[in-house]
Amino acid sequence: MRTKFQEQLDILNKDLMNMGALIEKSIEDAVDALMKKDIDKAKKVMDGDTVIDNEEKKIHNICFNILMQQQPVAKDLRLVSAAMKMVTDMERIGDHASDISEITIFLAKKPLDGRAKHIDRMATETVKMLIESIEAFIDKDIEKARSVIKNDDIIDSLFLKTKQDVIDMISDNRNSGEVATDILMIAKYFERIGDHATNIAEWVIYAYSDTAEEI
Amino acid sequence: MEKQTKIKVRNLDLFYGANHALKNVNMDIKEKSVTAFIGPSGCGKSTFLKTLNRMNDLVDSVKIDGLVELDNENIYGEDVDTTLLRKKIGMVFQQPNPFPMSIYDNIAYGPRVHGIKDKNKLDRIVEESLRGAAIFDEVKDRLKKSALGLSGGQQQRICIARALAVQPDVLLMDEPTSALDPISTAKIEELMDELKKKYTVVVVTHNMQQAVRVSDETAFFLVGEMVEFNRTKDLFAYPKDKRTEDYITGRFG
Amino acid sequence: MDSQATVVMPQEKVKSSIAKKKQRKKDILAYIAVYLSATLAVALLVGIISYVLFKGARVVNISFLTHVTSFLDGTVGIAGNIVNTLYLIVMTMVIATPIGVGAAVYLNEYAKPGKLVSIIEFAIETLAGIPSIIFGLFGMVFFGATFGLGYSLWTGALTMVLMVLPLVTKNTKEALKTVPDSYRVGAIGLGTGKWHMIRTILLPSAMPGIITGVILAIGRIVGESAALLFTAGSAKILPASFNDLLEKTMQSGGTLTIQLYLSMSKGEYDIAFGIAVVLLVIVLEINILTKVLANKFDLNKKAK
Repeated sequence: MRTKFQEQLDILNKDLMNMGALIEKSIEDAVDALMKKDIDKAKKVMDGDTVIDNEEKKIHNICFNILMQQQPVAKDLRLVSAAMKMVTDMERIGDHASDISEITIFLAKKPLDGRAKHIDRMATETVKMLIESIEAFIDKDIEKARSVIKNDDIIDSLFLKTKQDVIDMISDNRNSGEVATDILMIAKYFERIGDHATNIAEWVIYAYSDTAEEI
Repeated sequence: MEKQTKIKVRNLDLFYGANHALKNVNMDIKEKSVTAFIGPSGCGKSTFLKTLNRMNDLVDSVKIDGLVELDNENIYGEDVDTTLLRKKIGMVFQQPNPFPMSIYDNIAYGPRVHGIKDKNKLDRIVEESLRGAAIFDEVKDRLKKSALGLSGGQQQRICIARALAVQPDVLLMDEPTSALDPISTAKIEELMDELKKKYTVVVVTHNMQQAVRVSDETAFFLVGEMVEFNRTKDLFAYPKDKRTEDYITGRFG
Repeated sequence: MDSQATVVMPQEKVKSSIAKKKQRKKDILAYIAVYLSATLAVALLVGIISYVLFKGARVVNISFLTHVTSFLDGTVGIAGNIVNTLYLIVMTMVIATPIGVGAAVYLNEYAKPGKLVSIIEFAIETLAGIPSIIFGLFGMVFFGATFGLGYSLWTGALTMVLMVLPLVTKNTKEALKTVPDSYRVGAIGLGTGKWHMIRTILLPSAMPGIITGVILAIGRIVGESAALLFTAGSAKILPASFNDLLEKTMQSGGTLTIQLYLSMSKGEYDIAFGIAVVLLVIVLEINILTKVLANKFDLNKKAK
């Protein structure tokens, strides 16, 4: 038995879960800060991005060492290569949480027009999707990963609706242009997070399914 | 284009006395490709390799059932001349084993056995074979010197050249690099890539990374059974059998 | 301040010297004993050789080597014995070498290990250990009387064949055993037939062993007296003419060793020591030749 190898894989799994927990917390806080116009919380999210970046580097190093020392094959190779891709997606999600928080700080000082009604739902759907993709990874649950991929359509359609909201905002009130663009950007970040969550789900399928599958 | 089957094995059983060493092996080895056999020591992969050119005939108490066909001809047929069979299916062994004679005589040994005496023809065969084994440039100035003076890696390529000199169709290699250093190993592996353009290569290896690097198809053996046989990239990425997966990922036993 | 006082200094490790070689008394004693034994062995050899040379060297000259002892001519010499010795060597080895090598090849390459092989091997071992006078007795009665060869070089040679066969067979067999199996499978893997493989690879590889066996056998022939006295006889005349060369094999002929024995029994110690010198030189040459030839045919050494 390859005890050292198994240890390294266990560490990789644990760190990936940790990374998942970090970005989950980060995006939840970012959404919370956005809803409550909580500048302090938004600032914390931005500061937390460094932790996420460091965790990404750590996981990358673990993968690198496993590849160099163990030359994994089969499911081990799939897990390690999936991990290297997944951690990039996770890191991007962290970046987007930070980006959203940056805008949150700006928006908090402005009166928010209530008409961008779909952004709230978009936030909750995205967080839900991300949590599910990370759960799919932790539970090695391919079915859950598949449902995450399907859910991406919901986010995409919500983005289109938010876009329409923004257009409506601007046509109603030409002065709301600045706020409206920020809202559009936030919506775009959520949409991107949805894409990354989809990617994570796809890597889960890649890592844990038993046959070669188009992804 | 789908490659033709060169060697067809059906329901092959092999016994060493009472020991059932190979159990119902079925396999199609494709021409002009590299097929690798992997598995733990004593799994029967080397034994199986040796049934393909009847080297097991040398061992008493071996009993073989089943069919092995080379180009649709049963190699265990009654009127098979093993001399001609082994001319078609050459072999390279684990330990480089050049004969204690000059490099030239080593390469010319096989052709001479098969009746070639003409000096010019032998000269040409020797050069072609040495080039085929990617060692001509290293030894061209010392063809008359003993082959035993060469390094292990060079000796092994001499052995490959010696096998090529009888113009075989198939080349069986029994752990050809296990006694060599990494640089010599790399040279032999590169050579296998070249060889498969003209020959059907079957290689037994303990080094799974080597199987991944050099082979098109891989068979995994365990206690006399051929557990799984598939395209190498599929076998190593998506093993179908749990035992294969446990072995290749190192969680065996 | 108190806290400092409680700090325990790590105890200094006692340094032990490794320079105590001279204290190993047993080693030194063994060393001395081994050296003494070696010196004694060399001293004995040098002593015997010097003594024989001292006593015999002045007897040996061209005339001694090229003439036959004759009362009519008044000559003293051993030319006839030298020729007889050569005859016996050639005749014996021409017969013994192919049979001995063949037997070894059969035993090592063809015979399946089993009872028969064990019996044959046991027989060969035993043959090598039988006192030579028994061979002489057997040769005299069997070849001499039954075959009607009488006292002749043929009777002597055939008797010697029996004696040296185990030497040739055993040495060849040992040499074949040391030929790596990889040569055998390598050749078979190229489609070689078994006999061709033996001829082209095994025998050349085993050549140093075969040569060693042959030369040891020659040494045996040169040194033998008991078995030859009653088979090959003791005549010392040279073949009369070129045409008699073949006929001589049917005649009696004493080797150098036989003549040495005869001279001793007649009290001709000068001649005996002269022959001893010649024999010593021959044995020395045989030993050197063994080394040179075995090296020359060693295919593994050729590589370097």
